[in-house]
Amino acid sequence: MADVLERVTKIVVDRLNVEESEVKLEASFKEDLGADSLDVVELVMEFEDEFDMEISDDDAEKIATVGDAVNYIKSTM
Amino acid sequence: MILEGKKALVTGASRGIGREVALELARQGADVAINYAGSESKANEVVSEIKALGRKAFAIQCDVANSESVTSMIKEVVEQFGRVDILVNNAGITRDNLLMRMKEEEWDSVINTNLKGVFLCTKAVTRQMMKQRSGRIINMASIVGVSGNAGQANYVAAKAGVIGLTKTTAKELASRGITVNAIAPGFISTDMTGELPEDVQKAMLDQIPLARFGDPKDIAAVTSFLASDASKYMTGQTLHVDGGMVM
Repeated sequence: MADVLERVTKIVVDRLNVEESEVKLEASFKEDLGADSLDVVELVMEFEDEFDMEISDDDAEKIATVGDAVNYIKSTM
Repeated sequence: MILEGKKALVTGASRGIGREVALELARQGADVAINYAGSESKANEVVSEIKALGRKAFAIQCDVANSESVTSMIKEVVEQFGRVDILVNNAGITRDNLLMRMKEEEWDSVINTNLKGVFLCTKAVTRQMMKQRSGRIINMASIVGVSGNAGQANYVAAKAGVIGLTKTTAKELASRGITVNAIAPGFISTDMTGELPEDVQKAMLDQIPLARFGDPKDIAAVTSFLASDASKYMTGQTLHVDGGMVM
């Protein structure tokens, strides 16, 4: 769990230029972290590369918060 | 050479306009993946010609209307070339008929290849281009997509759709350094247009101010311009390359 969160956090910090402290589980990419729709698409692409997995378009649409991403990734491991 | 070191994929590159576009990109310094649907031997000829120019090339079979095979084609191109700088969505077919005679199958097959194919290839390649933060997508539309043409309801609808898709894709991807433009060729001498009856060809010639049919080279020259840095401040545009037929 910690490992997944750490890796997700690093990607979010790099991609969205936010502070690590802002990347909380309940933080919404769009509402809280300043991402636009295309940023979220890119984040999902980076998660796919980082965790060597494929996230379908349907599943990707449900990923709105940091916690959504972490839970989704954990559920497929 | 204005495309030195660039990596390109041209769909429908075994014949006609696509073939000439692939050769011109290579002459300008690009390595080129040659997509084809059925004409393997023609595609291999294009590959040989490009290799003779000292560039890399390989042929890749794929029906652009099939999303799975499009995804694996783009993966293959990325594996072979390491990146994709230029996508030319050129693959296209015709199934001409009067609207009142047009079969549903004729409508569907043209829309699937000529419009859905552009959507699928663009979507698949965008993943790579977004990572690169750069890319050039060039869509082959047609002047009839602007003007309409009796007997081509399916083809015209697809090509008009490509023009709209070009504008929307351009708006969505501009922030990632990807430009998307379309070319609307007029009457170009190829296998596809050679099938038209002589009186139809004569009537078309009368409507062309520059008084000749276009050559695939005319389209290839504009494509390499759109693929190059010279066009970096253009996106979402449709360039008419038609001897002045439609203004």
